[in-house]
Amino acid sequence: MSAINPDQIHDVEAEKPLVSMRVADVAVALLFLAASGIVIADSVRLGFEWRENEGPAPGYFPFYVAVVMALASAVNLIRALPSSEEGAAPMTSVQGFGRMAAIFVPAVVYVAAIGLIGIYVASAIYIAAFMLFVGKFPVWKALAVGCGVAIVSFLMFEVWFLVPLPKGPLEAAFGF
Amino acid sequence: MEELAALAGGFAVAVTPYNIALMVLGIVLGVVIGVLPGLGGANGVAILLPLTFSMEPTSAIIMLTSIYWGALFGGAITAILFNIPGEPWSVATTFDGHPMAQRGKADEALVGAFTSSFVGAIFAVALITFLAPVVAKFALRFGPAEFFAVQFLTFASFIGMGRGSPAKTIASMCLGFALACVGLDGVTGSLRMTFGHEELLNGFKFLVAVIGLFGIGEILTSMEDGLKFSGADAKLRMDAVIRTWRQLPKMTGTFIRSCIVGCWMGITPGGATPASFMGYGLAKRFSKNGKNFGKGELEGVVAPETAAHAAGTAAMLPMLTLGIPGSPTAAVLLGGLLIWGLQPGPLLFVEQKDFVWGLIASMYMGNIVGLIIVLTCVPLFAAILRVPFSIVAPAIVVVCAIGAYTVNNAMFDVWMMLVFGVMGYLFSKLGYPLPPLVLALVLGDQAESSFRQAMLISQGDVSVFWSNWLCGAIMTLGVVMAFWPIVSAVIAKFKGPDHVARAA
Repeated sequence: MSAINPDQIHDVEAEKPLVSMRVADVAVALLFLAASGIVIADSVRLGFEWRENEGPAPGYFPFYVAVVMALASAVNLIRALPSSEEGAAPMTSVQGFGRMAAIFVPAVVYVAAIGLIGIYVASAIYIAAFMLFVGKFPVWKALAVGCGVAIVSFLMFEVWFLVPLPKGPLEAAFGF
Repeated sequence: MEELAALAGGFAVAVTPYNIALMVLGIVLGVVIGVLPGLGGANGVAILLPLTFSMEPTSAIIMLTSIYWGALFGGAITAILFNIPGEPWSVATTFDGHPMAQRGKADEALVGAFTSSFVGAIFAVALITFLAPVVAKFALRFGPAEFFAVQFLTFASFIGMGRGSPAKTIASMCLGFALACVGLDGVTGSLRMTFGHEELLNGFKFLVAVIGLFGIGEILTSMEDGLKFSGADAKLRMDAVIRTWRQLPKMTGTFIRSCIVGCWMGITPGGATPASFMGYGLAKRFSKNGKNFGKGELEGVVAPETAAHAAGTAAMLPMLTLGIPGSPTAAVLLGGLLIWGLQPGPLLFVEQKDFVWGLIASMYMGNIVGLIIVLTCVPLFAAILRVPFSIVAPAIVVVCAIGAYTVNNAMFDVWMMLVFGVMGYLFSKLGYPLPPLVLALVLGDQAESSFRQAMLISQGDVSVFWSNWLCGAIMTLGVVMAFWPIVSAVIAKFKGPDHVARAA
């Protein structure tokens, strides 16, 4: 796979297809149906009848919302099932998926790291690493921007606006 | 013209060098707060409230309302440049504002947004000046049934006026309502759909969903296709202001419609968020360029911004005359008034004449000063787009994470943001509209509780929604809107295949 360059426009349609619109449409409609099922199940537990002096029971509103959602999703599912020209079009390509993973997978690691080393250190590493490996920036630039963003947000949130964000061992060493 | 004399007196109180300096400071702080994620107008005003305790009440409220105006202006900046609405009412601004930025017209979108905010706000202030007593009486007539009718109309108009598949619109909207139900039930106090998980107790907060759906979702789409800010290399010309203003007179109709919708929603108090969506929907329906909406039409930025700011400003009216805050920020300001020993209500106009008219005069001044400040900064904001995407992309993820965390101080929300991000990407690819989901998440709780209160008052009789002309008219219009796709399909069938072809 060639280098991922997000500053260049890619033609997803021309690349090797990964998932078709039809498959994605059916999968999302099924997920909607599953969500309706979960909501209906819990609404039945809460009760969706009229209660004397209390009005509609807590499950009343979500129950009917979920029923409507299930009906609408069934329509979407039936519409998506037959194969059509529109449905055969690719939703994303293998390369397109790769480019998305380049930002998303590190983002998941970043969120997991926030709990361990604090949001500022994690942010600096995340930005610097993305610039270094994806943007092909020189090391000094990547480090400068990463640390710069982290320090500015630290000053902004912790010092000026007094909004506490997750902090780790490094901040603790400085007495925060 | 007793009001004009009183207003002139108000200007004499408000326009002192000291107060104007406070205005400038407040607006700059407000813009910064509006741009930063997780710090909305309400938080900003709340954080800075203690600073103003030592000031004169008039100076203090001038400073605080200026922060509010600044935050209103600032919310549009991130909405247009990065598709991240900083405030609920900026969501509708992203629909055309962000496509404009992608087509290299970020400066025009910003100027258009700022100018229409100004027009909406000034219209509402003029209304406050002359109609305060009359309108205050009208607002008292709004009960739960009327609230539900307005909310129902807002949702129904998505189905009736939406462009995409009605079934997908309904599915997306219902998902929003279902997500809004999660957590503690406001009426009975029982836990809904938490399945024993403590993290779900607070429910899904609107801001977390919006940051994920729009912010992260947009990053994923941009990574897939490569970045499409075609204007990134273009020279930013300083004449953007004049260029944009020349286009605005053609949109007089949209301005007037949005101003009226906004003021009505602000006073009733439906709030700025439904006002912005309604303003956008009306413009899409009635404008000549309606079919281009969503692709980067200046009118699509003007309509919601005008309505949102007319509503945001008009929300001050019930706060001053009735002591009922029309928006979260108005609620914080109300708290401030009480701390300074000013009791809001009809008597405020009699006992504290200087203060009230000073405040109204400062609304005029604050918006003029605000417009000048943000317009001069447009090239600065637009220059952000020239930064390479390999820097902007991770920086936006960081900003989104901070924003999601600050909503509830919970890591769970940051994880949810990632989930919503994937959802946002899938939904926009498959043609599920995001606005109905977001609006349902914002208004779901309110719509549900006003429905339940109305039903409780009427003992389960649905005809309560048609018990008076005001409520009945809104409700009937809503029902027509909700079934419009079916009605129009039937009409098209009767008219024969030629008409169907043209309608499609």
